[in-house]
Amino acid sequence: MVAYIIRRLLILPIILFGVTIIIFIMMQVLGPVERSALYVRDVPKTQGQIDAIIKRYGLDKPVHVQYWTWLTGTTDAETGEKVGGILRGDLGYSRTGREPVVDMIKRRFPATLELALWSMIPIIVLGIYFGIQAALHHNKPIDQVSRVFAIIGWSFPTFVFGLLMILVFYAMLDWFEPGRLSIEYQREVMRPTFDRYTGMNTFDALLNLRFDIFVDALQHLFMPVVTLSVVIIALMLKVTRSSMLEVLRQDYVTTARAKGLKENVVINRHVRRNALIPVVTVAGLTAAGLLNGAVTTEVIFNWPGLGEAAAAAAISLDVLTMLGLTLFTAVIFVFANLFVDVLYGVLDPRVRLN
Amino acid sequence: MTAATPPIDARPATLDEGYLREQSKLEQMVGPEWYRLLKGLVTNPLSVAGILLVFGFAMMALFAPVLAPAPNENWDPYRIPRDGFRAEPTPPGTPWTTNVPANVPTWYKLVTGNEEWTHLMGTTGGQYDIWYGLIWGSRTALIAGSFVAIVSVIIGMIVGATAGFYGGWVDEVLMRIVEIFIAFPFLVGALILASLLTPLFGRSIWPTMIALIIFGWTGYARQLRGDILATKEREYVTAARASGAKDGQLIMRHVLPNAIFPTLVRLSLDFGAIVLSFAALSFLGVGVPEGYADWGQIISFARAWILSLDIHWYIIVFPGVALLLYGLGWNLIGDALRDILDPQLRGQQ
Repeated sequence: MVAYIIRRLLILPIILFGVTIIIFIMMQVLGPVERSALYVRDVPKTQGQIDAIIKRYGLDKPVHVQYWTWLTGTTDAETGEKVGGILRGDLGYSRTGREPVVDMIKRRFPATLELALWSMIPIIVLGIYFGIQAALHHNKPIDQVSRVFAIIGWSFPTFVFGLLMILVFYAMLDWFEPGRLSIEYQREVMRPTFDRYTGMNTFDALLNLRFDIFVDALQHLFMPVVTLSVVIIALMLKVTRSSMLEVLRQDYVTTARAKGLKENVVINRHVRRNALIPVVTVAGLTAAGLLNGAVTTEVIFNWPGLGEAAAAAAISLDVLTMLGLTLFTAVIFVFANLFVDVLYGVLDPRVRLN
Repeated sequence: MTAATPPIDARPATLDEGYLREQSKLEQMVGPEWYRLLKGLVTNPLSVAGILLVFGFAMMALFAPVLAPAPNENWDPYRIPRDGFRAEPTPPGTPWTTNVPANVPTWYKLVTGNEEWTHLMGTTGGQYDIWYGLIWGSRTALIAGSFVAIVSVIIGMIVGATAGFYGGWVDEVLMRIVEIFIAFPFLVGALILASLLTPLFGRSIWPTMIALIIFGWTGYARQLRGDILATKEREYVTAARASGAKDGQLIMRHVLPNAIFPTLVRLSLDFGAIVLSFAALSFLGVGVPEGYADWGQIISFARAWILSLDIHWYIIVFPGVALLLYGLGWNLIGDALRDILDPQLRGQQ
């Protein structure tokens, strides 16, 4: 087990190095002038200033030197300060956000995380519950309905589903509205009397004992959470169902039944535990993958998270913001993958023995 | 104890019917594995529904010039004709005044009983005709979907087969590269790359297609590598190697044909999934130019009318249903293929 984890940890730097290389290659579409936004807030206008900036930050040096500077930063010859360097947590300045990219990520990440966390609830509860029920009642009505739901839900484009939610629940019924909070509460949460512990409205509202804000935040979460989770519920349902069916066919299940165990003991002790191993993997990966679906969902519901920022940056070709956001999500993804792999090894001895 | 014990079962042992029955012409032609696959596809009602859906879209794409004729002969067919420039969308059935299709086809007169061409599905903001975009969008979907899927599968096959067949450090290096690409969330990576490529290629279907390929081939490489690892240990591969087959011959003749089936499942699912991603990216405003005949592009006009979607429902409902059915068609085929190929389910249907 330790060897398995060590092997995974040894691969990690290689992957992260590769990720930075790909991002750095993509950044080469920018000229030296635009790349100066890595170090200065305002891109210079006159030729003289441009030349000075290029010289000052070594933007005309060979590519491998620039890569190293990009990673570790450089010392400003005039002020003597360290500037830039993604390893120091400096991703440059965002043109669309008019602020350092890192500040933008810090400000927007809680919104995306809140959306992802609340989406995990229906995904795990509904996906796994109905997956298990479908397998236990193989080819019965509940199985048939679940399968139809799974295949249609899986085929539904997230952005079309989101727009249909808006069409029904906002434009027609007027039950929910896009955005993160109602206008009156938006000002409320900005006040100094309201402590921002997590940046996530629902949790902060509870910690401040403001249940009215909590309810309002939940109401705003309804549409994006349903939109984001419906595709993944379908996936979880499929995975759980087929995994359960596979385990139910195993000899040890027959043995457990043959030795006279009650059916619910067989299901709870022998079947479900083993069947949920692949489900854990999928659940772990989707937790990270929620960032994926979040792009269209956040755009549709006007949700001020990372996905919306990425889409806005992509349209206005704000390269540094795009690459900063990509780097951030990729790093999260890598660590989520590592966590899932290790967890998988812990749960299933067969994996770590291979 | 002296008497001979009678046989437990006097009946002759029944062989699997498959061994005894005569092979049909088709089976002799394509081989038993492919025959079973094709037979499974046409006997399963779900996959038949999927095949019909995909066939329907193929017909739509084929007869696009008849179903939605262009305003004139020199018209670029992938440009949706605009009936003026008014910002407000118009509902289905509104008469068409400018850029009217040159000739009104016979089917149109028969079905609608109308001599004049109208906007069958209404127009988007900016007066792009939705019916035209929907019909020609099926061509975009089929072309973009199959191009991306096939190029991805070829790259994935080369990388996966090399890694799986040679193993050792070749495998290590190639799989680490695959993992680096997998580290990027698919849609975010494709979105960024497509927008970076747009200045290089201009606004067309190319930036999105290339971005989807670059972040899409890795799944195939991983899958095929695993299947090849499993296949190359079989006796018939060892036998072929012993009889002096060269590496290339071994891969192409013995390993690949037997390891390819799970890849086929993924491919058929991808034919639909790629079109969904493509549409999502053009919905976000990356890739194709405004007014390009693409389903996601039409739906993107809805973003300006979020407040009044109950009145302008036709902007999202028609192209949305087209996208859903297209994805559904391929998913039904892919799911059926998986069931047919799953060795544990074999013999159950």
